[in-house]
Amino acid sequence: MSGHSTYQPKTGIERWLDARLPIVRLVHDSAISYPVPRNLNYLWTFGGILAFMLVAQIITGVILAMHYTPNASMAFNSVEHIMRDVNFGWLLRYLHSNGASMFFVAVYIHIFRGLYYGSYKAPREVLWILGVIIFLLMMATAFMGYVLPWGQMSFWGATVITNLFSALPVIGETIVTFLWGGYSVDNPTLNRFFSLHFLLPFMIAGVVGLHIWALHHVGQNNPTGVEVKDVRKDTVPFTPYATIKDLFGMVCFMLVFAWFVFYQPNFMGHADNYIPANPAATPAHIVPEWYFLPFYAILRAIPDKLGGVLAMGGAIVILAFLPWLDTSKVKSMTYRPIARQFFWMFVLVCIGLGYLGAMPADEPYVTISRILTVLYFGFFAALALIGIFEKPTQLPTSIADSVLGGSGARLAHATASEPNVKG
Amino acid sequence: MKTTSFRRALTGLVTGLAIAAVSPVLAAEGAPKPPRVSWSFSGPFGTFDRAQLQRGFKIYKEVCASCHGASLVSFRNLAEPGGPEFSRGQVAALAATYQIKDGPNEAGEMFERPGRPADRFPSPFPNELAARAANGGAYPVDMSVLAKARTYERGFPWFIFDIFTQYQENGPDYIHALLTGYKDPPQGFPALLPGQNYNEYMSGHLIAMPKPLNDGQVEYPKGADGKAQAPETVDQYSKDVTAFMMWMAEPHLEARKRMGLQVMLFLALFAGLLYFTKKKIWSRLPDHASVH
Repeated sequence: MSGHSTYQPKTGIERWLDARLPIVRLVHDSAISYPVPRNLNYLWTFGGILAFMLVAQIITGVILAMHYTPNASMAFNSVEHIMRDVNFGWLLRYLHSNGASMFFVAVYIHIFRGLYYGSYKAPREVLWILGVIIFLLMMATAFMGYVLPWGQMSFWGATVITNLFSALPVIGETIVTFLWGGYSVDNPTLNRFFSLHFLLPFMIAGVVGLHIWALHHVGQNNPTGVEVKDVRKDTVPFTPYATIKDLFGMVCFMLVFAWFVFYQPNFMGHADNYIPANPAATPAHIVPEWYFLPFYAILRAIPDKLGGVLAMGGAIVILAFLPWLDTSKVKSMTYRPIARQFFWMFVLVCIGLGYLGAMPADEPYVTISRILTVLYFGFFAALALIGIFEKPTQLPTSIADSVLGGSGARLAHATASEPNVKG
Repeated sequence: MKTTSFRRALTGLVTGLAIAAVSPVLAAEGAPKPPRVSWSFSGPFGTFDRAQLQRGFKIYKEVCASCHGASLVSFRNLAEPGGPEFSRGQVAALAATYQIKDGPNEAGEMFERPGRPADRFPSPFPNELAARAANGGAYPVDMSVLAKARTYERGFPWFIFDIFTQYQENGPDYIHALLTGYKDPPQGFPALLPGQNYNEYMSGHLIAMPKPLNDGQVEYPKGADGKAQAPETVDQYSKDVTAFMMWMAEPHLEARKRMGLQVMLFLALFAGLLYFTKKKIWSRLPDHASVH
């Protein structure tokens, strides 16, 4: 996708810098002249939205860290100090805590978009795997961030989740002791989680850099899943076309974000986290943040602890193998009548698991969780099988064709361009 | 045929979720949902009712504060905008009625001095163990953030509607219900032990706190007609003290909602302008007519 550079240094200073550090050229080539498929829909704006969310989380987080005290006996009150006494501290904290939720809203839409349009298929396997790594890092970061206010859910969530590692044979107990910095969740745990919570976002930023590099090397997928054949006909320059569209999508997303921050700031949290951590009193239901619920449901669906941990980990890791599990050559599910139905069922299964993750581990929830867990993994098996016998519908010959093929006149235009397309 | 199997799977899933959604209602051993109270601070334009917060503070001071601390709240907060908005003079005078432990002084001794607006509300007990010892083993929790630390299950699908209706007064509704929920235990309820009280809304119905509020217990300021500003009833007391607790838990609620409106209006306008800019830019494509 990245052809040769079209950057023309205009001034003497630009030429001088370009000969020494072609950084302006890099920005120009990746954010201005970079060719973008012209048929991207608004689901493609979520990449930009996610970049915005990462920056927003880092900025609010760095400022919060100036006022927060990572000490088991002071953490809860220091968060309340931020809420009460720090100028606009309530705004920073609500932006940051709701920002985490909105980050996951965006990343789930981004992931499901990739699933639907087959964005994981060649030549985008590495791009996809980097995305799975970012997702894992996000989960680790969010989990440790939720521990920092040192409320009841912070404490007991940390206890339950870190304890999962003890299921691993031989090394399990050692890992848990190492995570805790002792023999129970306590001040050392809080200190190292704070340190790591500060570190991981910068690692995410690093992997995001690789993710964008890989993206700009192979080019964006698009709703047809047909690769760009003629840059002049199939693509538009990133600026202004994608820039303005991304910006519009981003501001719409901010509207939703602001709704929660200003009007429903505690909707996605849990009331128990406004009770200071108490190792002597276990909450009635220990529930993780909503974005972990589907995986939490899978964990609890398996009667065996180690099995549950492996299933939960497997539910995420299996995504990394998707490029090789899906046997179909066709990328976009728009042209895959059977796979498309399985996709929507998979979406419902994930939502169902999310609901069950918030319910107590009683009947009938456990049985339904088991069924849905089987269906969750079944989706990946199904993709492997469907590709073999499924008959895809007619694909457009090119992106330009799919965009311009609507009316008769445009059809003529598209047909006229066909010889080019075949080449 | 494929569609049928898909539809069947979908129906199965939806039915399963529906059962899952209904059963907590069945399982919740008759603990009723707290009734909805109409709060002045609910909704996008919600603000606190100053007079209500001042009455609520009076109840807190005269009733609750003998057992419950509010250690995160300072006297000065009572004079800040968006709260009960007592005058600075009133707050200074109020603070001075408390003896605050300070020190050490130059002789290395701790000493007591009259309170200042910058001081936090003094807690009734020096620590949790002292509080438990004085209350038959039960711990009267700190009330600073209690209104946000209590809730009740909304259940599916109500929690989804709540996003759009902005219903988030689960905590205040629960606290109001609890304060008004002291009743005689129903027939067949196991006999209460000393230190146990029956409450309709408490999970398990047993609560250590005895009925804290009774009709006529707290004297409300009189209006011009010589009648109390608000009814001196348990229901009104509960509403007023709960509103005060909500303010303690979220002292910047008014500023938040006010800024929210400004931000929403700005973003909506900005989004509108961006939409038309986007349309204009994309129309520059020579063959734009059918670009989606």
